[in-house]
Amino acid sequence: MFYRESGDFKKTYQKDSQTFPIKFDRMRYYFVLAVAFLVIPMFLTDYMANAVMIPFLVWAIAALGLNILVGYTGQLSLGTGGFMAVGAYATYKLMTAFPGMDMVSIILLSGLITAAVGALFGLPSLRIKGFYLAVATLASQFFLVWLLNKVPWFYNYSASGQISAPQREMFGVIITGPHATPVAAYIFCLVFAVGLAWLARNLTRGRLGRSWMAIRDMDIAAEIIGVNPLMAKLSAFAVSSFFIGIAGSLFFSVYLGAAEVTEAFGITVSFAVLFMVIIGGLGSIFGSFVGAAFMVLMPVLLKNVLVGGMGWPTDLAAHFEYIIVGGLIIIFLIVEPHGLAQMARVLKEKLRLWPFPH
Amino acid sequence: MKLTQLATIALTTLAISVPVAAELVFPSLSYRTGPYAAGGTPYADGWADYFTMLNKRDGGIGGVMTSVPECETGYNTAKGVECYESLKGDGALVFNPLSTGITYQLIPKATADDIPLLTQGYGRTSGANGAIFSHVFNFPANYWAGASRIINRIKQEAGGEIAGKNIALVYHNSGYGKEPIPTLKALAEKHGFELTLIPVDHPGQEQKSQWLQIRRERPDNIILYGWGVMNQVALQEAANIRYPMDQMFGIWWSGTENDKLDGMASHGYKAATFHNVGTDYPVYADINKHVVDAGLAAGDGSNVGSVLYNRGMYAAMTAATAAATAQDMHGTADITSGMMRDGLENINMSDAVMAAAGLPKFGPEFAGSCDNHGGTGQVGIQQWDGKEQAWKLIGGFEAPDMKVIGGLIKADSEAYAAENNITPRDC
Repeated sequence: MFYRESGDFKKTYQKDSQTFPIKFDRMRYYFVLAVAFLVIPMFLTDYMANAVMIPFLVWAIAALGLNILVGYTGQLSLGTGGFMAVGAYATYKLMTAFPGMDMVSIILLSGLITAAVGALFGLPSLRIKGFYLAVATLASQFFLVWLLNKVPWFYNYSASGQISAPQREMFGVIITGPHATPVAAYIFCLVFAVGLAWLARNLTRGRLGRSWMAIRDMDIAAEIIGVNPLMAKLSAFAVSSFFIGIAGSLFFSVYLGAAEVTEAFGITVSFAVLFMVIIGGLGSIFGSFVGAAFMVLMPVLLKNVLVGGMGWPTDLAAHFEYIIVGGLIIIFLIVEPHGLAQMARVLKEKLRLWPFPH
Repeated sequence: MKLTQLATIALTTLAISVPVAAELVFPSLSYRTGPYAAGGTPYADGWADYFTMLNKRDGGIGGVMTSVPECETGYNTAKGVECYESLKGDGALVFNPLSTGITYQLIPKATADDIPLLTQGYGRTSGANGAIFSHVFNFPANYWAGASRIINRIKQEAGGEIAGKNIALVYHNSGYGKEPIPTLKALAEKHGFELTLIPVDHPGQEQKSQWLQIRRERPDNIILYGWGVMNQVALQEAANIRYPMDQMFGIWWSGTENDKLDGMASHGYKAATFHNVGTDYPVYADINKHVVDAGLAAGDGSNVGSVLYNRGMYAAMTAATAAATAQDMHGTADITSGMMRDGLENINMSDAVMAAAGLPKFGPEFAGSCDNHGGTGQVGIQQWDGKEQAWKLIGGFEAPDMKVIGGLIKADSEAYAAENNITPRDC
């Protein structure tokens, strides 16, 4: 019934090596896209957009970026918050310095700026590995936040060091600022999320992605067979930071509209994104989305059930949120250490054999 | 079984999310958890208890009952936005997030949604310029007024001359703590004192290096802009290096019952305040009778009468007065958030109004107008009495250096208007 492969013949090499070779998978993928682009916008309220869907998409992009670095290249990084801050502040500087520039260029440019910064902070990865690298990237987290807080030029000398996104339009539709409709902001983020997921998927299937995975699996062996570790590691840092920069850029300009570097991009952000990647599944595009959904949507859902549904006091509910989410993380990691994506993979394998398991 | 339970939850959620007609909604974006809960809890209790008292004693405001839906922000901006979005659908009249970060976040959103923000003694200081910030109200006083009043007090205590003195600002390294810096810089230039900036990172539990610097430089005075656990740690560190307490001045967020040391250790520590202290007001009789004794107090009821409880109650009283003003202006008891904005803009907080609310002489008199959303900026000085373990008002409500502050407010708000393409209203 599910994943029926009999009779699904591939007659060209392209068809055989496509991303979703199984017809059911492909249809499901198109179905999800159709729901995301056509169905959800019809039911989108302010609350659904600003508290649920847009944060989910933004965090999914950040998780994708970190997954490239941690999951595909095996380089542990705790600098995500700092790189998101770079993306956000680049966006702010570009938006205020060039009021006529369109948002897509601004966000892509912010991504590129972050990629350059990320590659710079990736340099230590050539000499140090594992936990030691995590500590080096942790330094980048603190350094970048400190720098953006310290130098007033980054926040245009505003009294409080807050940055706020002015209103910008795209094809006559307001994308950023308070007058943006939820649908416009959602579609804008969705286009970036889908485009970047597509890019990540294809990068990881190509030469570059294979060199990343070779480095991850055994760097000495990779070097012997001709993978250049300098290029592989730095490109992973650059591409990962590009994604994370775009996430930071959207986080500031479309989602929150204002940000303050110490509060919005602190070390907790780095950990949250790392948890998304670990819970979702290392080295999985789908896992990045599931991990982001788990970490973003679960607290909101719990809050609405506990406070809205059951009428608990807000402080009690807030504490229980931590307990429940923390407990679920432990349970998931015990039941399936390879993340939610692995669960989906196991389910798929079972369904392919169903109803005739061995 | 499981399904029925789920269905019940879903149904109750639906039933509750349907807005109840004819209620004045004063949402509370509170934080009863996290590192700043010690400050957020009493404030939220004061805010909620005052409206409960109005409901029980007067049957609401102008005959319409009030309600205070609460949402936990944890002092976190992203959660604050989630709370704002979830509560604005319930017909919220005014938001009072008690967080400078969340206020910055909400200013554009609330302006677009036509919901006023009441940010007494916090938030964006230049919001006092009503011509540009149409929906922000920060009367009776703001961070810059507080900083200027503290400098005036230091000057007065030093016999009128502070040129050449070294004054250190120990501040929470966030939007909140950074707010007074432009004012203090301008005042340093004007009066010729030296300003040392000493930032403390969130949450402020670790201040060893900062106080080492203070020990080395021995500034003549210290101004403290802290919040939450940062205040106690700062006071403890000051006591450790034997810094004279009466030369230390806190802003009002550093001047609560949480911000003291045991016994006489912090005796003499001073703080600015924009409202009076203590429970010696007729309104407490009503609160005790209708709320506390009736078992309706918010939270665990242990905060009644504390500085932050008073401040939350004062904010609630201001909001209630504005709602009554709006009801008079528009001739309807069931006001909208837009009418509430008009009420705040035309509020007249005279001594008579405060006395009628059971809080005579509790704060300075102020009145809103189209271009002035900040009041007169009058700030008093309170001092911690270690013997009685209580705050005492020692300096009356005096106006700060409005010449300096007014210019800074104008410059900062105009920069905001230029950045965001806002045409100032014609006032």
